[in-house]
Amino acid sequence: MRLVIRHNADTVADYIAEYIKERINQFKPTNERPFVIGLPTGSSPIGVYKRLVQLYNDGALSFKNVVSFNMDEYVGLPRDHPESYHSFMWSHLFKHIDIPPENVNILNGNADDLQAECERYEAKIQSYGGIELFMGGIGPDGHIAFNEPGSSLQSRTRVKTLAYETIIANARFFGGDVSKVPKLALTVGVGTVMDAREVVVIITGANKAIALAKCIEEGVNHMWTVSAIQTHPRSLVVCDDDATLELHVKTVRYFKSIEQVQDEMIGRENLGLYGQVAGPLKYKAIPSGN
Amino acid sequence: MASATGGVITQFYNCVVLKNHKLVDDYVYVQDGKIIDPAKMFFDSRRAADVRIDCQGGIVAPGYIDVQINGAFGYDFSNDTDIIDEAVDNVSKGLLLQGCTAFCPTTVSSRPEVYARVLDHLGPRAGSVERGAEVLGAHIEGPFISPQKKGAHELATLRTAAGGLAAFDECYGLDRLRQNAAYVTVAPEVAGMLDAIPRLIEATGIRVAAGHSNATTAEATQALAGGASMITHLFNAMHPFHQRDPGVIGLLGAEGVRPFYGIICDGVHVHPHSVMIAYRAHPDGACLVTDAMAAQSLPNGVYKLGEMDVDVHDGNVYIQGTNTIAGAVITLAECVRNFARFTGASTVEALESATLHPAQMLGIASRKGVLSYGADADIIVLDHDLNVQRVFVAGKEATRENVIYKNKV
Repeated sequence: MRLVIRHNADTVADYIAEYIKERINQFKPTNERPFVIGLPTGSSPIGVYKRLVQLYNDGALSFKNVVSFNMDEYVGLPRDHPESYHSFMWSHLFKHIDIPPENVNILNGNADDLQAECERYEAKIQSYGGIELFMGGIGPDGHIAFNEPGSSLQSRTRVKTLAYETIIANARFFGGDVSKVPKLALTVGVGTVMDAREVVVIITGANKAIALAKCIEEGVNHMWTVSAIQTHPRSLVVCDDDATLELHVKTVRYFKSIEQVQDEMIGRENLGLYGQVAGPLKYKAIPSGN
Repeated sequence: MASATGGVITQFYNCVVLKNHKLVDDYVYVQDGKIIDPAKMFFDSRRAADVRIDCQGGIVAPGYIDVQINGAFGYDFSNDTDIIDEAVDNVSKGLLLQGCTAFCPTTVSSRPEVYARVLDHLGPRAGSVERGAEVLGAHIEGPFISPQKKGAHELATLRTAAGGLAAFDECYGLDRLRQNAAYVTVAPEVAGMLDAIPRLIEATGIRVAAGHSNATTAEATQALAGGASMITHLFNAMHPFHQRDPGVIGLLGAEGVRPFYGIICDGVHVHPHSVMIAYRAHPDGACLVTDAMAAQSLPNGVYKLGEMDVDVHDGNVYIQGTNTIAGAVITLAECVRNFARFTGASTVEALESATLHPAQMLGIASRKGVLSYGADADIIVLDHDLNVQRVFVAGKEATRENVIYKNKV
């Protein structure tokens, strides 16, 4: 796992948007081989989406050959309700970029047969050869997507009952009225996310600090489902200083030192996106006073 | 590009949009002459924009609506009875290019023969680049007005409503009203009018405006209670404001529902301070109108308005040989700019006074004067000084190349 620590939510969003842009552009997607991306909703990714839109407007990134799969959607909420995840994705991302409508996949929370809808979604992901990069946030209870504490770490797309803490967290989008928040949602499973070739988790804010600590410093545990990334071959967590508040000092220093070595000793330009070194390792001059 | 899910989809981008009484960074999508919900387009129809229009940071607003205009480009709706279709065609097209995408051709007080000849040609007609701005129906101003407040209207044509509904039938033809009129201007104090107003509304479904009137506050209030919902060119041709009997003007301070009011912002018909006072009293009722006459967009000279001769001289129009203002030669776009300056109204409020409010007055605000989903795609793009840059009617752009009209002279 890579842990990249930045100062605040803005610089975290800068990093992730830049990373995604590089991933897509280096992938060189085509119509036959599109870049398949998994996308979240919530307050954390809003900054990332804003920057992706800016990159698109600047001509640095196109979504013409990008296929998207969203993580989840409420059950029973009309598709055009302002708080549906369809509406969220439309207003924060899709309306501003050039992603073809047929490339966009979001679970249908109003399907007649919810189970069939979930199975259809899994099959659709398979039809593209799987997801290249799945971006996600984390709940205060350490959940990824709507995989609430107790979800199987091998779970697939299914109907979930939302945990009380999640409903409270979401009430702010429904005028603070807990009774208006949907109680059921369709969500990709922990297994679905972990099947992606890369998982990128965005974790910002002091209220996520405990969840981050539980997920990366303690065991793989179905009570903190993001912890499943510990066994993923390629995972990236990007967090801000506030989210590190419950981590051991040693953990934070270690991951910061990795970037320090990359910048000062090797040179960022000599490293690939994953920090891999191409060719023989060359050290830059070691700065004095360190 | 057209498909089972409809025709070409056009997207306006790089703009601020007049939406929900605000100017917001957003897009407007148009398909088949209507404004569409882009989320439905994207998720249900699985379509994206086929044509993109760069508005260069400008304002996207509904097209202007003029509910009082007697003519322009040399044409006059009350006088050109033999060539009335040609008049409507050319005025519709000329107005369209000025950013006015819908209007009510207005007739001044005339004899019954004139109404018999022209009213059927002034009825509702959809807008298009081929035919010009939408005709919303006629504004029939007079002849049931006050002789003391006739302004430029001809005295001999005036009449009373002593005969009730029959008087209207005799003058206009009730069927003709029903089919072609958007609204009629009457003076509440004219004999029989206060009783007639509710009956006229019930019989024809048209709206009634108070104007060219010496009505007292009591009479004006009764007219309002009887269903009158608009004041025609506020301040002009009506009893001046008096603190104990504010007359028709006083309706702006009435309790409960207050009427809309047309107001001419050429700086000549109404002093800018008066415009400000009216606006502050009742901002939601302001409907900018031009009251333009045939000489609009024509050079200085002598022209005919109704059955009178008038003198156009450097932006002012007088009955020949008098100091009586005969009409205006201003465009609605200029009115909007003046109105904003006179009153300090925000850009949103100024734009709504030439779009939303006239549409509300006519009861058509679900499809005109707004950029709501399902509304007609009559759109103007303006710069931030409120100059009209581009005009679209029924979703198609109107330019000098595809909208050809001529002046009568």
